Amino acid sequence: MKAKTRRRYLALKIDSKEKISQKELMNAVWDAVLRLYGEYGASKTSLALIRYDAEKNLAIIRVAHTETEKIRAAVATITEIASKPAATHILTVSGTIKKLCKKLESNFKP
Amino acid sequence: MKRRFADLHLQPNLSDVEQTKNMLSKASELGYRLVAVPLPMVSIENFAKKLTTTCQENKLDFSSRLDLKPKTPRELTQQLRKFRRRVEIVAVICESKEVARQAAKDHRVDLLNFPATDPRKRFFDKAEAELASSSIAALEIDIKPLLTLKGPARIRLLAALRREVAVAKDHHVPIVISSGAASPLEMRKPMEMAALAALFDLDKPAALEAVSKTPFTIFKRNREKLKHNFVAPGIRLIREGSDCL
Repeated sequence: MKAKTRRRYLALKIDSKEKISQKELMNAVWDAVLRLYGEYGASKTSLALIRYDAEKNLAIIRVAHTETEKIRAAVATITEIASKPAATHILTVSGTIKKLCKKLESNFKP
Repeated sequence: MKRRFADLHLQPNLSDVEQTKNMLSKASELGYRLVAVPLPMVSIENFAKKLTTTCQENKLDFSSRLDLKPKTPRELTQQLRKFRRRVEIVAVICESKEVARQAAKDHRVDLLNFPATDPRKRFFDKAEAELASSSIAALEIDIKPLLTLKGPARIRLLAALRREVAVAKDHHVPIVISSGAASPLEMRKPMEMAALAALFDLDKPAALEAVSKTPFTIFKRNREKLKHNFVAPGIRLIREGSDCL
């Protein structure tokens, strides 16, 4: 029987003076992953957006637990989102959304 | 014990006070405890004083740093003679092989930095590593070019860095990872810098050391040396004159 894929949830903080939409953010993340690891590498990440708060510039993304460090590196290479200067930082990583939100506490509530 | 992180290469525009303050507060926010900013040769003490105050407001330790960019080995030794006792960290931007070799064997040099944009100017090879391992110089890798370069230029840089890291590991040359950031948007968290180091085959424990233990060791060693009571490593002046009896 195939073992269940373990996942990690990453809280992202988008550092930009401009407004960034959910689509623009995910395009930038995918673009960074593709540029660094190619399509084969990107296919292993199981990358998905879980939540996005445009007001607080916070996002939760899900990745395969083996690929967390790769995503951390890829996300760090983002210097612009939709041609707007920006940076993204990983605030915290957790195995469940519940725990992630607990860690974020007042910063980000689902 | 909780790991403390350092970024020894922040490059704010020192004439822009607001930007400098923003970068230092950002460094604190990102989790750094020690930062170093290259100071202009003309007014080292003046800028160092101002930056120390700003860093204290942000709960940061500040280390004065000087980036030397000599054209000849002779110019390098002259500059080292003049400035070594005035700053805590001396980095040499090696733009020629002769300068790189002189910098690697000189005990007064802390960091060896190579231009990122031109792979032909990265002179960190086996001979350089051997010289550096017999002195105390560490290899400094800036993260900024990895963020700003795109396509073939970044590929060439990653290949060069991978080669250099392998050589440094073989010869036990310490590696320091710095941001080289000139604006707050170019700054990254220590864990992100460590993750980026995996791109040039630096494993996670070594990468974390390169942003924490290694820079702190250099900083502590040099701060100790610049104290008035320092005589030699491990020897300090405790009392002098009639106090000795």
